[in-house]
Amino acid sequence: MSLPVLAFASAAAGGSPGGAISLIGLTILLPFLGFLANGALALRRPDAKSAVSLIGVGTVALSFGVALAAFGQALGAHLEGPALIRLWSWIPAGALTVDVTLQVDQLSLVMLLVITGVGSLIHLFSVGYMKADPGYARYFAYLNLFIAFMLTLVLGASLPVMFIGWEGVGLCSYLLIGFWYGDKANADAGKKAFIVNRIGDFGALVAMFLLWQTLGTLNFAEIAERAPTLLEVGGPTVTAITLLLFLGCTGKSAQIPLYTWLPDAMAGPTPVSALIHAATMVTAGVYLVVRTNVLFAMAPTAQMVVAGVGALTALFAATIGLRQYDIKKVLAYSTVSQLGYMFLAVGSGAYVAGIFHLVTHAFFKALLFLGSGSVIHTMHHAYHATHAHEDPQDMRNMGGLRRYMPWTFGLMAIATLAIAGVPILSGFFSKDEILALAFGRAPDAPIWYLFWGMGALAALLTAYYMARLMAMTFFGANRTGPAEQTHLHEAPWIMTGPLLVLGVLSAVGGVLNLPAYFPAGPHHLLDHWLEPVVAPAAAFLRLELPPGSTEYLLIGVAVAIALIGLVLGHRLTLGEAIVAARQAAPERGFWKLLHNKWYVDELYQEFIVDPLVRLSHSILWRVVDQRVIDGAGANGSAWISRQLGRLGGRLQTGEAGAYLVVFLLGAVWVLHAVTR
Amino acid sequence: MMTQIVFYVMAASAVVCALACILQRNPVAAAMWLVGTMFSLAGIYVLLNAQFIGAIQILVYAGAIMVLFLFVIMLLNLGHNASDLRRWPAFGLAVGVSTALLTTLAGLRFYTPARLAAEVAGASASQDPARVLAGGTAAQSAMDSLGVVGAIADPLFRTYLVPFEITSVLLLTAAVGAVVIAKRRI
Amino acid sequence: MLLGPALILSAILFSIGVVGVVIRRNAIILFMCIELMLNAVNLSFVALAQFHGLSGQVMVFFVMTVAAAEAAVGLAIILAVFRHRQSVDLQNINLLRG
Repeated sequence: MSLPVLAFASAAAGGSPGGAISLIGLTILLPFLGFLANGALALRRPDAKSAVSLIGVGTVALSFGVALAAFGQALGAHLEGPALIRLWSWIPAGALTVDVTLQVDQLSLVMLLVITGVGSLIHLFSVGYMKADPGYARYFAYLNLFIAFMLTLVLGASLPVMFIGWEGVGLCSYLLIGFWYGDKANADAGKKAFIVNRIGDFGALVAMFLLWQTLGTLNFAEIAERAPTLLEVGGPTVTAITLLLFLGCTGKSAQIPLYTWLPDAMAGPTPVSALIHAATMVTAGVYLVVRTNVLFAMAPTAQMVVAGVGALTALFAATIGLRQYDIKKVLAYSTVSQLGYMFLAVGSGAYVAGIFHLVTHAFFKALLFLGSGSVIHTMHHAYHATHAHEDPQDMRNMGGLRRYMPWTFGLMAIATLAIAGVPILSGFFSKDEILALAFGRAPDAPIWYLFWGMGALAALLTAYYMARLMAMTFFGANRTGPAEQTHLHEAPWIMTGPLLVLGVLSAVGGVLNLPAYFPAGPHHLLDHWLEPVVAPAAAFLRLELPPGSTEYLLIGVAVAIALIGLVLGHRLTLGEAIVAARQAAPERGFWKLLHNKWYVDELYQEFIVDPLVRLSHSILWRVVDQRVIDGAGANGSAWISRQLGRLGGRLQTGEAGAYLVVFLLGAVWVLHAVTR
Repeated sequence: MMTQIVFYVMAASAVVCALACILQRNPVAAAMWLVGTMFSLAGIYVLLNAQFIGAIQILVYAGAIMVLFLFVIMLLNLGHNASDLRRWPAFGLAVGVSTALLTTLAGLRFYTPARLAAEVAGASASQDPARVLAGGTAAQSAMDSLGVVGAIADPLFRTYLVPFEITSVLLLTAAVGAVVIAKRRI
Repeated sequence: MLLGPALILSAILFSIGVVGVVIRRNAIILFMCIELMLNAVNLSFVALAQFHGLSGQVMVFFVMTVAAAEAAVGLAIILAVFRHRQSVDLQNINLLRG
């Protein structure tokens, strides 16, 4: 525990602000200690559930406390640049010196509050959700470790430190997706997540190498300083760097083409989906782009790629979500789609809008996932009680649940309205800002109209499928079965309490960045707050809202889309005759294509995975590994040694005459050498 | 002029006898050819103003050592049945080694007294080039004053007394050792 | 005078001795070739003694003495080996084979 003291001392000596900010390392240390403690308990005393709960939730709650204190201090201090807290020297390798340094600035504080705040709520929810699970302690250990790594990611002052967190959350994601590893499908999903992420990480690493080569530094502050002078705007280097970084983002934040792991990741416990695959880990890609905003601002081509991929993903995932029946899968594709919105924002240069949507999305998506967790919990309980083997996650088995779970229904309804973009709720402001700023880029290049259009269409589909989800789950007649109905009930308060908090945040979260036309309240809070962070990019970007009248038109279109989508979704879903999953007819035609996710997974399997496996087996294994490395290398060198030994053995004839000859030869050679 | 001709004749004889010696199948014949070589060499020693050494060569080498060789050959009753030359790899090796040797030592034919003096002077600063050649004249004057034998005896019993005594011990040791090794039963 | 030719003759005789050592298998003849080499060296000493002083000839004296001792002991060894192996062919004397 001397590290924080050291950090404090070094901070005081170094002149950076003391107080809570210098103790920011505690936010990482506490959950990490929680991981160690819970891990030990998981190995020794797995049934000490109250201790595990206390440690698991307590450490994250304490981290949230430290984060609040730091935030309060930063509010008063008006930080201009980031406060750097150097912990220790990590890589002193000549010109490359990387220290483990934490960076506290406005952006990292925002991320910190979201992660620890929403994280604490989800930890609390998990206490109720995972109560009956034998792996309780292991679950909380992994969850705490995840928080520690995620905080390392957002607090890292340089790319390598951030990358530690990046990889660490990938590891925790794998551990938690495959939490119930007894079922091979879960373990496979965990592997898939990790391996697909790896492809993205390769891009991020190459980008780091390029950055090191061209700028000579990997610290965020120094990158922002040196990039404008050392790199050519729009040139091949900066475009390559940003595109490679974005490849990493597509992996971590599940964009096209590396999104396929996220729907499979729903195999893990639902709070995990809420925390990792909705609120925090998948937003790491957005965070990375905002952190390195100066690089992206200097590469217009890359910006267009980012925005384009974001918009396309938003639309593509929304279409798939239209026809999924598993409640978590709908929410998974919804997450992919909303992440696409965030990338559309940062691709347009609207970094603050991207972070705004990140925060509001964390609120309502976590609420949606946790709510669905409550629903699944109840359905599971009901099926367990009647010894049925139906799928508790299939919406076709639900229906009319608002009578049994009124609180869950009400809170999820708030979240649905928020995600659809109904005015006053948080999602409306964030989504609207993104679309407006994308539209505002149109004078530069007409393609931004297309991106706006894709975003608007995706908004329509979002409203539709969310209304469909609510209709199938909470409205209409109950299809669970008469025997199970007696066991359907509201979730315990420990699970509904966090939902309540998130509901309130989803409703009023818009206050974070109210637009200028809004009649009341403080305006552009987040814009002002994050101004120092995005200032380096401002030199290269010109971000404008469309003129007033166009903006009102766009708002009107957005509201109309939201309402139409919601109403259509509700009516059409309740209009068709939904049958319980077991008796449902298989999909046909275009619906089948959507239900089967446009067969992307199958395409990847056929054209990428299978050829790779064949290549590995026939060439890399048979030829390279067996023949070259084993045959020529290991066995070959042994064979050479043996032959040399045999040759050498031939010298040992035992004949004195032969030895005499050799002696003579040596003497002649010495004579030759000496008389040169 | 005369010395040159005699020298070359003796040299040719020495080389011919040496070649014949190494190519003989019969050990006794080989010994005899070696004796011929030694006689030629003795003559060359006399030409090179080393009369005592020439005499010693005949007395000791040809007269004692080669006789010893012949005794042993006859004692072992070695016939000349099969050829005892090695097979062809050795021949190749021999050619190679001798070529190497001769090429290394080929520079020796350029040696004249003046060049020798210059080399010696260059090698060690303490040696005065004149003294090198003077060694020869000193030798000549020693021989004139003390006689041929006396000229050798003088350094032998003065400067090289200790090696002389050690050599006598060596001879004693060799004699005892030879007796012990060759005995049938110790 | 006669320095160069004498030295060359010494080199030639030495080479002949080396060739003899390499190509003969009979131990006694091998010995004789070694004696030939010694003689070649003696010739070198004597040739240079004309200029360096009589210590060259004293050296020859010692070489001859040692050669005599060595020949005696060496032949005694060959005798002893012959009693064991009934042969002086070097190919048969291979007790050192490892």
